Amino acid sequence: MYNFDFVKPATLDEAVAALGGEDAQPLSGGQTLLPSMKQRLNAPGVLISLTGIAALKGVKLEGRTLVIGAATPHAVVATEAASVYPALAALAGGIGDPAVRNRGTIGGSLANNDPSACYPAAALGSGATIVTNTREIAADDFFTGMFETALEQGEIITAVKFPVPEKAAYLKFQQPASRFALTGAYVAKYQDGVRVAITGASEGGVFRWTEAEEALNRSFTAEALNGLSLPAEGMMGDLHGTPAYRAHLCAVMTRRAVTAAG
Amino acid sequence: MTKVTLTVNGRSMSGEAEGRTLLVSFLREELGLTGTHVGCDTSQCGACVVHVDGKAVKSCTVLAQDVNGASVTTIEGMANEDGSLGVVQQAFQDHHGLQCGFCTPGMVMSSAALLAENPKPTEAEIRHYLEGNICRCTGYHNIVKAVLAASGQDVSALGVAAE
Amino acid sequence: MPKDGGIGASTKRREDIRFLTGRGVYTDDLNLHGQTFAVFCRSTVAHGKIVSIDTSATEAMPGVLAVFTGEDFKDVGGNPAGWLINSRDGTPMREPKRPVLAHGKVRHVGDAYAAVVAETYAQAKDAAEQLAADTVIDELPAIVDMKAAVADPSNRVHDEIPDNLCFDWGWIEDNRAAVDEVFKSAPHVTTLELVNNRLVPNAMEPRASIGEYFPGTGDYKLTTTSQNPHLTRLLIAAFVMGIPENKLQVVAPDVGGGFGSKIYHYGEEAVVLAAAKKLKRPVRWTAERSESFLSDAHGRDHVTKIELACEKDGTFLAFRTETLANVGAYLSNFSTATPTFLHGTLMAGPYKVPKVYVNVKTVFTNTAPVDAYRGAGRPEATFSLERVIDKMCRELGLDQFEVRRKNFITPDMYPYTTPVGLVYDTGNYHATLDKALEMTDLAGFEARAAEAKSRGKLRGLGLSTWIEACGIAPSNLVGVLGSRVGLYDAATVRVNATGNISVMTGAHSHGQGHETVFAQIVAEKLGVDANSVEIVHGDTAKIPFGMGSYGSRSLAVCGSAIDRAMGKIIAKGKKIAAHMLEAAEGDIEFKDGTFSVAGTDKAKTFGEIAFSAYVPHNYPLETLEPGLEETAFYDPGNFTYPAGAYLCEVEVDPDTGKVQVVAFHCADDFGNIMNPLIVEGQVHGGVGQGIGQALCENTSYDENGQLTSASFMDYAMPRADDVPFYNVDYSCQTPCTHNPLGVKGCGEAGAIGSPPAVVNAVIDALHRGGYDHVTHIDMPVSPARVWAAMQKH
Repeated sequence: MYNFDFVKPATLDEAVAALGGEDAQPLSGGQTLLPSMKQRLNAPGVLISLTGIAALKGVKLEGRTLVIGAATPHAVVATEAASVYPALAALAGGIGDPAVRNRGTIGGSLANNDPSACYPAAALGSGATIVTNTREIAADDFFTGMFETALEQGEIITAVKFPVPEKAAYLKFQQPASRFALTGAYVAKYQDGVRVAITGASEGGVFRWTEAEEALNRSFTAEALNGLSLPAEGMMGDLHGTPAYRAHLCAVMTRRAVTAAG
Repeated sequence: MTKVTLTVNGRSMSGEAEGRTLLVSFLREELGLTGTHVGCDTSQCGACVVHVDGKAVKSCTVLAQDVNGASVTTIEGMANEDGSLGVVQQAFQDHHGLQCGFCTPGMVMSSAALLAENPKPTEAEIRHYLEGNICRCTGYHNIVKAVLAASGQDVSALGVAAE
Repeated sequence: MPKDGGIGASTKRREDIRFLTGRGVYTDDLNLHGQTFAVFCRSTVAHGKIVSIDTSATEAMPGVLAVFTGEDFKDVGGNPAGWLINSRDGTPMREPKRPVLAHGKVRHVGDAYAAVVAETYAQAKDAAEQLAADTVIDELPAIVDMKAAVADPSNRVHDEIPDNLCFDWGWIEDNRAAVDEVFKSAPHVTTLELVNNRLVPNAMEPRASIGEYFPGTGDYKLTTTSQNPHLTRLLIAAFVMGIPENKLQVVAPDVGGGFGSKIYHYGEEAVVLAAAKKLKRPVRWTAERSESFLSDAHGRDHVTKIELACEKDGTFLAFRTETLANVGAYLSNFSTATPTFLHGTLMAGPYKVPKVYVNVKTVFTNTAPVDAYRGAGRPEATFSLERVIDKMCRELGLDQFEVRRKNFITPDMYPYTTPVGLVYDTGNYHATLDKALEMTDLAGFEARAAEAKSRGKLRGLGLSTWIEACGIAPSNLVGVLGSRVGLYDAATVRVNATGNISVMTGAHSHGQGHETVFAQIVAEKLGVDANSVEIVHGDTAKIPFGMGSYGSRSLAVCGSAIDRAMGKIIAKGKKIAAHMLEAAEGDIEFKDGTFSVAGTDKAKTFGEIAFSAYVPHNYPLETLEPGLEETAFYDPGNFTYPAGAYLCEVEVDPDTGKVQVVAFHCADDFGNIMNPLIVEGQVHGGVGQGIGQALCENTSYDENGQLTSASFMDYAMPRADDVPFYNVDYSCQTPCTHNPLGVKGCGEAGAIGSPPAVVNAVIDALHRGGYDHVTHIDMPVSPARVWAAMQKH
């Protein structure tokens, strides 16, 4: 790892000010950023830890919307969201491993937008709103490609607002080595329609499977998906699965998620 | 360099850390606590697991400065006050839950964290919880058995125990 | 139940206390006054010509103390292969020099071509990055695929080796024609082409080495992660550096697993020694896991065509194999023995097959060196045999259990000479198969399969009946076979004056529990408390000699050396007792730690004898020397032949192709058992690694020779939730007939026997699910591969 200056502000304003500096990057748990820095693939001059900002932490219900502070660790979401939004809690409780879940945060995960991460599927599949220090961004507009988001330089995610669905489930097929999602399907049924978000599969990162949503809007059953498939074109291919395999898994995991959602 | 002070295994300990100094390096090199090991560079193997403020973390993926002031428990702090092995440690010895010993500190720390959250875990819960700890020697059988035993469950059907 | 922690007791491991409390001392835990840090520059291309290395900018960087390149070592020796193998035509193998640091060319990604030593690790790391930037390497086409390597003579890993072949070995060449004749007229022939996948050993402790030099005496000390410090010293002394052995101490302290990868001498060890001498300060290096992936010796990597000729009733007539074995870019120390004498000699399995012929072409490629990994050659042999037998049973519609029984060597046939050159001394393969079937509850399988089907899963059952040769020996035989060293071992038993005992063994424990088990044996044989026995290992300055621990040899060979030394101790004790008791030596009996005069109540305890040995007053010095310390060298008379039957049950998810091992039963014959607790642990670990090979572990090089599975993010290590509890039995015991303990060795069994059981179970599950077009899936049988195989209608 190259050296850098470390700062740990106590308030959002301090963090925003610090992020204005040259070569500054936020650190929100660091479970992905630090390994990439160890490989010298990333070399910030200043690293600003967000996990000391109390205002960025916590899980609270506002009406039918669950608001999660950006610096809330996965383990806390897994526990505190369990009664209100069990599918989201289960997803958080399945990210990485227990030690990773105690450090990794929702804001860090969404800002990184790893194409195999779980949280982007939850945000997109829930039609969540990503709140930053300057604005609110709909999940549909937030994820702009593999490792790319709508965030501007220096913009910090402060919270994520999840509308709580009638029912939902996330089913992940693990990549055998990293345990990231080789393919994961997040299915959520709202009064105004069903959302299906797929992670781990596409070269473009997380995406909505609109044909599946339409079919599930007609009938929220696994059978409604029969015959539906995604093209292999545009899917990722690597050691662990060809594009065709990933396309196949998208359908399998989506069906299973619908069944699990009940 | 910045001064970092931690409460390690109940004792206040201080040392110097750069921005990039990882918690595991700080423990091993600055504080001389070499029981915590480094087995990989991608946060996968779990040999470095310690508890920070009661929570299991991978100390290879935590910056020392980021936990300044925290309370840290390492494998060196897991024995009883009289120096005898703690419950989890003793179960690992009784059920041969370690061979080369290199992954063991992380395994013990993760297992202790599990039992703190879930005092009577099932086999499946144990296997799932230890997903982030890799052992190359034991095939995991005796590790899972040891955690079951540490939680007071009957493991007599799972092979011999030490005499 | 044995008492007092003697032989057969499940004694708690004494070494656990330090490991469980963070007090183990692994190489990287040492913190030496004045230490410096080495970082290696490693090739990022698979094959290239080193054009220039400009060290000037690097040398001027903060903290940099020294820079080494291949040029600095071009006049020292190469790291040799331990076994000289001749080709079928009698020509000797090609043995290219393996330099300490790459010189002229780099030959695999990760090949170290330079080293930087600095005051701190961070400075060395920064400097190595600078040096890499100042190095010009012209990339050459990479030779990755073995078939292409042999077919295209224009592209060479080593310029002097035209076809990239190390050797073309036939075993036994004189039998070739007769085997071919059998195949011409055989009623049935089953053919299978398969891959034995390359594995990265991944001991959890990465390799590490610390070199020290003491200018006052000219002594060197190497502390290193080694399974056999004496062999490392010998290689450095006699082949690589020319440091006299009496000036070089090699210490392997606590070592965090080896599995073969730490048997070998590596260039980094020579560099830290040379650097320590130059700087007159300790020089340390610890591999990052990423470096381990690129530079540790890998395992397996065979491509094999195996044919089985048989009668229609499944009676075996002959096996014939053609194998391409990858040795990677250089010959590692055991790399030529592994695909030959540890593989071809096992190709008869536990079967009375009359004819066998094995051909192995060993190929250089631009990949990391390949060498022995837990099982070493024997897993490759077992996998080929047990897979082709399984396929034959399906082709002919025969019962897999009956076919094994029909072909097993029977207990009345020992000693049994196989057609591939081994003499099995004892065994009972019917007994282990029967035991495994009993453990499995075969009758209940259909019900289990039906229950699985109700959950949408396909359940399958797979069998493997395996044998191995271990405790590799005897020296005269391995010499004939090409080994440059005899494979005996040594032990010293030192009874101290106050009666406690230090045992110096040539074995090295890096997880096996020698400190506990060897003490149990000594306690039993000498009738003393095991707690008064200390096992000393891993230090050339303390131990007379040794060949270390690998090949399941520690107990069979090193344990026998200890036994022999104890025999000498007892004989000497009798002399001392005879003198003290004023009796004839022939009248002294030794039992339960007491020397007594037969037929009398006159006796001396072991402690009294020991004390007297060191404080003699009136010894007849012409016939009785003071002291009670004996050294013995033991050269085994034969290999040992552990064997067993493994049954695996899997469930396949037909929607995703994911395979879950749901039950695993092992019935093994290890001969006599010294500590059941440790035996079970060894089997568990071996089976875990075997399941890893069968289902998860995929070492993948792309066409450019880049390792695409270069971290735990892409190389799937088996995790706790990938494996079940294993059901282990070792009650079928046919003690080894030629070593004093009657032991056979258990360290590699699980890794040898399990992969074919897993794959056979997957094929069984798929056939039961109607996917009977699937005759084979190469390991690792990953979800993606299973799914792909299911699609091919």
